[in-house]
Amino acid sequence: MWKNFPLFPERASALAWQVDGLYFLLVAVSAFFTLLIFLVIFIFAVKYRRSAHPHPVQIEGSLPLELAWTLIPLGICMIFFAWGSLIYFQEARPPKGAMEIYVVGKQWMWKFEHTTGQREIDQLHIPVGADVRMIMSSQDVIHSFFVPAFRVKTDVLPGRYTETWFHTTKVGTYHLFCSQYCGTDHSGMIGQVIVMEPTAFQAWLSEGGASGSLAANGQQLFQQLGCSTCHRSDTQGRGPNLVGIYGKPVLLDDGRTVTADENYVRESILNPGAKVVAGFKPIMPSFQGQVSEESLMALEAYVKSLATPQQSEPAGNRLPVPDTSKTQ
Amino acid sequence: MATAVQTVERENYLNSTYGIKSWLLTTDHKRIAMLYLVSITAMFWIGGFFAMMIRLELLTPQGDLVSSDTYNKLFSMHGIIMVFFFLIPSVPAVIGNFVIPLMVGAKDLAFPRVNLLSWYIYMLGAITALTAMVTGGVDTGWTFYTPFSTTYSNTHVIGAAIGIFITGFSSILTGLNFIVTIHRMRAPGLTWRRLPLFCWSNYAAALIMVLGTPVIAITLLLVALERAFNIGVFNPQLGGDPLLFQHLFWFYSHPAVYIMILPGMGVISEIVTCFSRKRVFGYEFVALASIAIAVLGFVVWAHHMFVAGISVYSALVFSLLSYFVAIPSAVKVFNWTATMYKGSIRYETPMLYAFGFIGLFTIGGLTGIFLASLGLDVHVHDTYFVVAHFHYVMVGGMVMAYMAGLHFWWPKISGRMYPEAWAKLSALLVFVGFNTTFFPQFIMGYMGAPRRYHAYPPEFQVLNVLSTAGASILAVGYVLPMIYFLWSLRYGELAPPNPWNAVGLEWMTPSPPPTHNFDETPVVTWEAYDYESQPQEEVTVGH
Repeated sequence: MWKNFPLFPERASALAWQVDGLYFLLVAVSAFFTLLIFLVIFIFAVKYRRSAHPHPVQIEGSLPLELAWTLIPLGICMIFFAWGSLIYFQEARPPKGAMEIYVVGKQWMWKFEHTTGQREIDQLHIPVGADVRMIMSSQDVIHSFFVPAFRVKTDVLPGRYTETWFHTTKVGTYHLFCSQYCGTDHSGMIGQVIVMEPTAFQAWLSEGGASGSLAANGQQLFQQLGCSTCHRSDTQGRGPNLVGIYGKPVLLDDGRTVTADENYVRESILNPGAKVVAGFKPIMPSFQGQVSEESLMALEAYVKSLATPQQSEPAGNRLPVPDTSKTQ
Repeated sequence: MATAVQTVERENYLNSTYGIKSWLLTTDHKRIAMLYLVSITAMFWIGGFFAMMIRLELLTPQGDLVSSDTYNKLFSMHGIIMVFFFLIPSVPAVIGNFVIPLMVGAKDLAFPRVNLLSWYIYMLGAITALTAMVTGGVDTGWTFYTPFSTTYSNTHVIGAAIGIFITGFSSILTGLNFIVTIHRMRAPGLTWRRLPLFCWSNYAAALIMVLGTPVIAITLLLVALERAFNIGVFNPQLGGDPLLFQHLFWFYSHPAVYIMILPGMGVISEIVTCFSRKRVFGYEFVALASIAIAVLGFVVWAHHMFVAGISVYSALVFSLLSYFVAIPSAVKVFNWTATMYKGSIRYETPMLYAFGFIGLFTIGGLTGIFLASLGLDVHVHDTYFVVAHFHYVMVGGMVMAYMAGLHFWWPKISGRMYPEAWAKLSALLVFVGFNTTFFPQFIMGYMGAPRRYHAYPPEFQVLNVLSTAGASILAVGYVLPMIYFLWSLRYGELAPPNPWNAVGLEWMTPSPPPTHNFDETPVVTWEAYDYESQPQEEVTVGH
């Protein structure tokens, strides 16, 4: 029972130091105020005890004091507010070019897919010194992706993508927890994040036995599901040409403009009538219930791979071949 | 001897009529308070039993005492019972019901029959929820998050939800009764500025009850409807939005935290002034802080959702507002502390509990600042840090205040004194047991231990064992008062009308009070907590 008894979590991401710094400051300030209150109460309780101080002195109050203990705590709070928000904003903005991992949560396991095609369950291998972005969705109830050593946590919801990211700084094996209660085996929905030296990671990738990259799988699906008959890579299709649209603003037929991000692509597959691109008719059928979360993610990866123009082949009916060399 | 016998025989609300019917059909606020006391005490022990099962299970990391399904039901039912059937009614429905009409110099609450109705509604809700629990239980957590609760859980979600739905109406009616009573039934001369702070804080809590409870009622009804008829409000597969549930749920359930704590703060204001023999420091600020908490409490709900996938900008706003709501609580703590300055302090049991409340509530409040801080909340959200935080507020704060209030007004309620030495011992046990139980959970939480885990990684075992050990001490601390309060009903020393030499109208009528409370309607000509003009009773100084 006493073996392995740490009192502080490991720090294995670039952000962990910042979160801990804020934590230490808060602990210090809280300890100060707690001790202050305890001490003052103790001193008053002893000094003004009935037997030593039988005649109380009535004091109505004091406006300067009231203002002081309203405004000073408020001022201190604003420091925490600013610092906490700065960290949160960093967490919310993944850097460009981060390595992407697709995550599906389901009762009660974590499924990971690397863009290079490796699939893992309840284990995630990633290289040290890398920005890693998780694109997550749930197949059933709400789960939450929590790696204490990275100080990150994001709920994984059914019906949409959520994301989180971290910069790994330390080789090691860390806990992965589901932190949103999800039913019977919630406490069994745990795993390991294995942060490896880049060379070891490359070796792991090559022995991974992936059957083609995620985008290549997506391309296959794109044809199997018949997407390619309308979404042609020229201007003749009945649906918009998907080459180069990912991450770009899209003008809709109702005049709105949305960014073609992961959630937009997802919605356009499952509920195509919701946001129709200007100049096209709402004729696409819904694929709700026909594509699994994993297939959706493959399609996402494929659409993303079409984003960079030089990756696509010259115009024509042939579909562009996704570039897999870019992702590690 | 003859006078003693005469005192016992004096007619009061307890002996005016006899028989079970006279209790079940009573419209006397004091008797209804006693009906509530018995009912919520029963619920406290049921919820406490679940808590002990949870703590025993967590002694070992592998989860071997009960199955994971049973464990999930245990923490769900612990939460549901303690929040909806103990904490929310505790101070308002028992102490508030008994004391508020006395404090304002009224014969009863504004609507005595509605008051009785609210107890029956509470019982109906409690029995419905307990039936759901006995016939199979519920495993959604007290938070009923969708789509787990609407689609995936295989337990009696609808029964539990309807139980809470029904009980909500009892809460609304109690709140309504308090608001009207405090507005319309104050004795001549009892202006708002002379009103005891216990009334102010219950008034603030009553506002939340009336305005917030309908929202949770509708929300739980929608959960039940979606579960029964697949109507697609919350489940994305049916076209719903799971986050909508969280918004609606926390729109009530965050203010509900203030329904629980505000009346407790009122108790502390009464006790700190009485045992320091001083007017409360900054009366207006303490009173207005209650209203500020009630108002601001309605606009901080999404701080429960910082990692749920809400936009960063709304998170920013809710974080800022959450800091604001912390300030009035801090103001109260500072004012209570300042009230003791140059007082004449006596360490009776209610005051010991009040010390405990101020200390533990301070820790609970300050750790709330950790959670309001966005970047830090991401790490500690849904870990034991949160569990420790809200138990510091709810148990360290609220239950401490409830115990303080019970001891303070017990002579008035029962006409008997409780045994002081035993009461002090139990206050000490509660304080030590509570901290041993919950302080380790802060450490465990920052290390990353997720809450609601049936089995856990072995490195958390030492802290869990410590926590369970503390819980056993805490349990003894709660069993003792149960025993000596019952004992005192028969063997306790007879209580004088004003054993603490306190000010306040409730102390100007005999203990226990007659059914009609006051022989003559009192006229108030003094400020609240006017301890200056109250003569010292040197006789009672024994400490």
